[in-house]
Amino acid sequence: MDSISMETGFIIAGILFTLGLTGVMIRRNLIFVLMSIEIMLNAAGLAFVFAGSFWNQADGQVMFIFILAVAAAEVSVGLALIILIFQKFKTLDIDQLSKMKG
Amino acid sequence: MQIFIELIVLLPFLGFLILSFFGKYLGKKAISATAVGSVGLSALFTIILGVKLLNEPDTALFASLWTWFDIAGFNPQIAFYVDSLSVVFVFVITFVGFLIHLYSAEFMVDDDGYARFFAYMNLFVGSMLILVLADNLLLLYLGWEGVGLSSFLLIGFWYKEPENAAAARKAFIVTRVGDTAMAIGLFMLVYHFNTLDIQVLLNNIPGQWEVDNPLATATALLLLGGAVGKSAQLPLQTWLPDAMAGPSPVSALIHAATMVTAGVYLIARMNVLFIQSPVTMTVISIIGATTLLVAGLSALAQYDIKKVLAYSTISQIGYMFLALGVGAWSAAIFHFMIHAFFKALLFLGAGAIIMALHHEHNMFKMGGLRKKLPLTFWTFLIGSASLAALPLITAGFYSKDQILWYVWAGEHGSTWLWLAALTGALITAIYTFRMIFITFYGEQKTVVHQKPGALIKIPLIVLAVLSLLGGFIDLPHNFGNFDLFSRFVTYTLPGIEIEGENLEWILQTISAGVALFGVYLAYLFYLKKIPMYNNISAKLPGLKKFLLLGWNFDGLYNRIFVVPIFTMARINKRDFIDYIYTGIANLGLFFNSVLSKTQTGNVRWYIMGITFGAIALITIMFTL
Amino acid sequence: MLTILFYLSATVAIIATFMVITRYHAVHALLYLVVSFLAIAMIFFTIGAPFIAALEVIIYAGAIMTLFIFVIMMFSLGTSTINQEKIWLTPKTWLGPSILTFILLVQFILIIIEDGNQASTFEVIEPKDVGLSLFTKYLLGVELSGMLLLAGIVGAYHLGKRKKNVLHRYLKMGKNNG
Repeated sequence: MDSISMETGFIIAGILFTLGLTGVMIRRNLIFVLMSIEIMLNAAGLAFVFAGSFWNQADGQVMFIFILAVAAAEVSVGLALIILIFQKFKTLDIDQLSKMKG
Repeated sequence: MQIFIELIVLLPFLGFLILSFFGKYLGKKAISATAVGSVGLSALFTIILGVKLLNEPDTALFASLWTWFDIAGFNPQIAFYVDSLSVVFVFVITFVGFLIHLYSAEFMVDDDGYARFFAYMNLFVGSMLILVLADNLLLLYLGWEGVGLSSFLLIGFWYKEPENAAAARKAFIVTRVGDTAMAIGLFMLVYHFNTLDIQVLLNNIPGQWEVDNPLATATALLLLGGAVGKSAQLPLQTWLPDAMAGPSPVSALIHAATMVTAGVYLIARMNVLFIQSPVTMTVISIIGATTLLVAGLSALAQYDIKKVLAYSTISQIGYMFLALGVGAWSAAIFHFMIHAFFKALLFLGAGAIIMALHHEHNMFKMGGLRKKLPLTFWTFLIGSASLAALPLITAGFYSKDQILWYVWAGEHGSTWLWLAALTGALITAIYTFRMIFITFYGEQKTVVHQKPGALIKIPLIVLAVLSLLGGFIDLPHNFGNFDLFSRFVTYTLPGIEIEGENLEWILQTISAGVALFGVYLAYLFYLKKIPMYNNISAKLPGLKKFLLLGWNFDGLYNRIFVVPIFTMARINKRDFIDYIYTGIANLGLFFNSVLSKTQTGNVRWYIMGITFGAIALITIMFTL
Repeated sequence: MLTILFYLSATVAIIATFMVITRYHAVHALLYLVVSFLAIAMIFFTIGAPFIAALEVIIYAGAIMTLFIFVIMMFSLGTSTINQEKIWLTPKTWLGPSILTFILLVQFILIIIEDGNQASTFEVIEPKDVGLSLFTKYLLGVELSGMLLLAGIVGAYHLGKRKKNVLHRYLKMGKNNG
């Protein structure tokens, strides 16, 4: 098998990360924002695995497992909060939730 | 002998202390007894001192209490020096003061501040005695300030009326201007002579400063500034008419007889310094001449009886300054003594009238009091005659005539000054008898409420006698040359050279004629009320108002000093220095308003911020 | 062979992710996201991390995305939402942020390319090695993740509970205060 250079991997992870960042910035629906955050987490994990495989160690994969656990916990709590927000504000517009302004 | 000197000064202060601390526990009789008694005892001791000095006129008595301080060889003492000049002043102060205290015992009897009044009066008498008895200029300045303070307290005695408080303040501030000049003069003296002891200075000044030395002129002019302020001469005369807001005894004692003559005393005492500067002497005589004309003309238009007397005081002190300026030292002091008698008499009489008519000050509302208040009328008439210098019988004639003679014939006199003084005499006669005719003759416009009692009548009578007989102690040269007074003070004051002695007869006749003519004019205008008077006074209302306001010096000073300062204060209300501090605060507020706009509460905005930050950080980290 | 697979799945992942952030309908976006995750799992597989590939499919695409879809279906967002999204997603909205992130990406790539290019062969790392490393070297991390997941469970349960309206006793009594 041909070898894949490490830069390629990181570039791919970088592209995915910036796509996720763009998604957070341009979408106003809370669901989409959360989705984009998941994309960013995943891209970070991808970078970790690449690095771990480059050094032929299991550490990268271990890190990805931790990230996975964190993402799971975060999604569950976040979705519960989104349900509560929807019940209270009747909208999922993130711009309406700006009570901390000033 | 020493103890008498100390007691003369200390007794009034003792009276002041007793009345200040225990005044509210004492009854009215006790209060007046303390006050009148202290001044009376001082008068008694003065007589003893006077007798001793009359026997040995070329000596001086000295009493030292303690050394005030000693710094770098400059050590003024608390010490009193009595010579023939000071004993004249002390006699006037204590004696006239005693009479006025007696008068006030009845005049102020209905007032709540009875004890306070007498406390202040005693404080005044004590300070004035320190002033004239001080043996060094620093102690004199202490007395100077003390009389200024007492004057302030007494003018504003009825302080609950705002005008009285304003008048007191005005008096204090205007004299302060003069006091500051005098203080600078004292500094110069200390700097050059390292002492303020008067006798030492009088000995050393001619040696160190020759005639027309600029330093001598400067120091003399500065001391003159102080004298001008305290004696209410041009240009610092604006406070005296307003000072009539105080009670009549105060006006009599302070603003007629004693405090306003402190300037005259200072110049007479420091005669050596002034002789070293002929420029200053000329300035003094010009100030005297102009002041007496300005004030005399102003008195012609006044309708408040006390204001007429106030302007008259300014004018008469102008005469004293004129005499000092031409070098007639003893004539000035003689006129001071006689003036104290008749001016105090006039003020006390005016006070009696005002009290009898229930605080009516306007002369044109009085009238016909000749029959109702006979004693007041006759004493007032005697005082006015003395003021107008009616010939031969009144004391004022002798003293004023002496001044006129020396102004004409002295080596520094001049014809112009003599003409000014003569015109002043005419005007004096007119306004004085104008006052008499309007107040005492004609039909009565206000009812007499109460007649004066014994304590008021006695001082009036005594002062009237003195106003008549006091002149006989110093007759002019052609009347017998009985110069008891001049010889008495000549041991302390220099004499005067005369040119052209033969003309004294003619000058006396002229001045007598002028005075009588003035009385006749007043009779025509105000008693017979000839139509020409109405024509003149109706055609010139502007002139009348101008004279009524005392030549509107108040307006002038308002325009020159007060308005610019108020304008600058108004411009600077925001206080540009404060801008620096508020500027820093405003800068903080500005940044706050800008930065708080970045807290939109919008999550996407924050993430954009984070992205910006990330870009910036990476750029910085990887390009350095 | 593996290299071609690698680049292919990378392309699919990137295109799918791009589609995620530009859809109007939430469910469409989620499905695209699932595709993206599966493509990434392929990438993991080609670089010698099969365990992680399996975990990605099972947990990420399987559990987390499913959770997402259920929650969205609960909201029952209708056509109005889709129209709303159309209105929100104008060029004015996405031009600025896109430029920013593009700059960030360019910087990122520049940094990565700067270092020397090192190609290497990828050896497969067995699940056994991962497990060993996880439970010996990173045991503490495992425990902590356990606690984190516990917190997540408790939080999600508590937030999802239907609450009764509780009034303060003063308000309940209907008296005037003070």
